[in-house]
Amino acid sequence: MTHNKEPIPGTVMFDGTQAMKGYALNKMCYSFNNKQNREEFLADEEAYMDKYGLNDEQKQAVRDKVVLDLIAAGGNIYYLAKFAGMYGLNVQDVGAQQTGMSVEDFKEKLRRAGE
Amino acid sequence: MARIVGGLTTSHIPAIGNAIARKMFEDPYWKPFFDGYPPVREWLDEVKPDVAVVIYNDHGLNFFLDKQPTFAIGAAPEYRNDDEGWGIPTIAPFKGDPAFSWHLIDNLVHDDFDLVTCQEMLVDHGFTVPMQLFWPNYADIGIKTVPLVINTVQHPLPSPRRCYNLGKSLGKAIESYPEDLKVVILGTGGLSHQLDGQRAGFINKTFDRMCMEKIVDDPEHFLDMSIRDLVVEAGAQGAEFILWLAMRGALTGKVTARHSNYHIPISNTASGLLCLENAA
Repeated sequence: MTHNKEPIPGTVMFDGTQAMKGYALNKMCYSFNNKQNREEFLADEEAYMDKYGLNDEQKQAVRDKVVLDLIAAGGNIYYLAKFAGMYGLNVQDVGAQQTGMSVEDFKEKLRRAGE
Repeated sequence: MARIVGGLTTSHIPAIGNAIARKMFEDPYWKPFFDGYPPVREWLDEVKPDVAVVIYNDHGLNFFLDKQPTFAIGAAPEYRNDDEGWGIPTIAPFKGDPAFSWHLIDNLVHDDFDLVTCQEMLVDHGFTVPMQLFWPNYADIGIKTVPLVINTVQHPLPSPRRCYNLGKSLGKAIESYPEDLKVVILGTGGLSHQLDGQRAGFINKTFDRMCMEKIVDDPEHFLDMSIRDLVVEAGAQGAEFILWLAMRGALTGKVTARHSNYHIPISNTASGLLCLENAA
């Protein structure tokens, strides 16, 4: 059976390819459910990334905190949300960053969608 | 015999959990959202369901990508939430009903739905937020729960048709339970939203309105849609609409919409609330 896998603009489908690519990164982010792990990461990010075996692309995206790069490196948004949350970033902050808007403009865009 | 009294839908956005913890019910941002719920609670007070089957997706609390089930069901005496990484408070545990869970498992597997069975299961905001919205006093009244998880995290996701058919089997399984239980089914998540990518912030009011309407009287309208179609129309996370379809599949009788509310935005999401009565 074939089915339509044509890309949807601005959207990365988190499928098997992405899941394999991002496994180490997502596993590290999953560990952030635990407070002690969050503290360990914040105390020494490089050592923590090595412990989870992140590749160079993933490490750089984590250092830069650029969400589109984290997604390109295989990150899944639900796991990345745990990473972003450590820095007090919510999904509007993350949305604003990915769309190149200010947070206020991003919120306004959401509000206008209701009109 | 057990009877399905109705189905409820609600968004399950984590920010709602924080707003509940901070009692922001009258805050201007939150009021149009929270004001939708009291009429549903009044209906629940009249109907008094004994058990809630909560259809949701785990967002990386109980399951990780090492083992990602398409369908999973709880069969535990109680369910607790936990730290999800960003500050949803730990709340009172939810009661389970293992005997009822195992009845559902027996019947669903017999009907070719091979579920992962969980005797221990952490429930995340996908489960706790809807429960808190519908039963702020859930811990006092002791309503029992069955968590039913459908994968919306890692593609391939089960199709709208598959989820609707799972709901149909679930409905049959519930109604064959010999105890006189009143059961309500929760379909959580949605409506349109997208968190990731340059398309973040995507909302489709026209499609959502159609979902709110057709899920009442014409749910089969959606059955030929693919997951990709849903992502195009409702955004990457709007594919959670399959959770609503699973709920709707379980309603076997004459379905009447008792209450509804639709509000944009809560966080990045168009929030949808429905209370569907299922008359015998």
